[in-house]
Amino acid sequence: MSKFRNDGKKELPPISTASLPDIVFMLLFFFMVSTTMREVTLNVKVKLPTATELSKLEKKSLVSYIYIGEPLKQFQGKFGIAPRIQLADQFANISDISNFVIAEREARDEAERPMMITSLKVDENTKMGIVQDVKQELRKAAALHINYSSRKK
Amino acid sequence: MSKKMPEVPAASLADIAFMLLIFFLVTTTMDVDSGLERRLPQWQEEQLDEEIDVKERNVFVVLVNRNNDLLVENEWTDIKDLREKAKEFMENPSDDALLPEKEPKEIPFFGEVRVTKGVISLSNDLDTKYGTYIAVQNELVAAINELRDELAKSKFQKSYNDLEKEQQDAIRDIYPSRISEAEPKTRK
Repeated sequence: MSKFRNDGKKELPPISTASLPDIVFMLLFFFMVSTTMREVTLNVKVKLPTATELSKLEKKSLVSYIYIGEPLKQFQGKFGIAPRIQLADQFANISDISNFVIAEREARDEAERPMMITSLKVDENTKMGIVQDVKQELRKAAALHINYSSRKK
Repeated sequence: MSKKMPEVPAASLADIAFMLLIFFLVTTTMDVDSGLERRLPQWQEEQLDEEIDVKERNVFVVLVNRNNDLLVENEWTDIKDLREKAKEFMENPSDDALLPEKEPKEIPFFGEVRVTKGVISLSNDLDTKYGTYIAVQNELVAAINELRDELAKSKFQKSYNDLEKEQQDAIRDIYPSRISEAEPKTRK
């Protein structure tokens, strides 16, 4: 009569783990697709200042970055410890900025050009002198829309 | 003698995938870039020598020196008090003769409003720390944002960010973000 009694003969089959790799792969692909790998290697040390009134940079493709800060340890022998400008992957001078802006502009579509933003990633201990020079260059190059990159306080 | 070929064990596949997954998890930076958004003024070939004539009561002067001290309207000020001062300046609730003038303006949703003519002028030394500069900018932007938010709450019972675009524009007309940056004095 014991229809439901298990006699111990039949063991529960183990849960199949065959689908586990599929699940993990799914996660893996999600992360691979959503990841944006850093495009530039930083040659300067940048500790961003904090602020509260932040606005987000929505479209990554419209943003060009300018980094300013002390050169990293391995470059200090060559470039000293005074804050330097980094454009794309290398150290640059003030005079290179206008060319950089023009090159960035050329790389975008005609329609996107007015919406371009320059993001200034500047170390909080930098003196304003160099930042001011960069700003003047940006004004000369008519890249007027800027964003002072900062962290949430 | 037909020994079956043993199946390739697939159990380790999950481990390999996990390893990759963890690698991507660790190396991913999901941060959205954010910061203070500003617009620079247009470049002028010839620097204007004479300042545009603005009455003194209409200008809120903020100076930051090389030691990162603040001089606001000729008074030493801590950065904590800057926001309140800027708000008081832009709002001028009691029509103080020392605070900026107002001019009547027709604005949708509000009718005729007396809009302040105040301008915030920020100048800094070349040796000012960037961190201080951003902190000051942040306080000034925050002051204007708070005024807008308060107005939005009293008029529409909503915070400024939740308003329709036309309503935001109207409020922006009442409290314009007028922060002008003087060119810093050159080092001697």
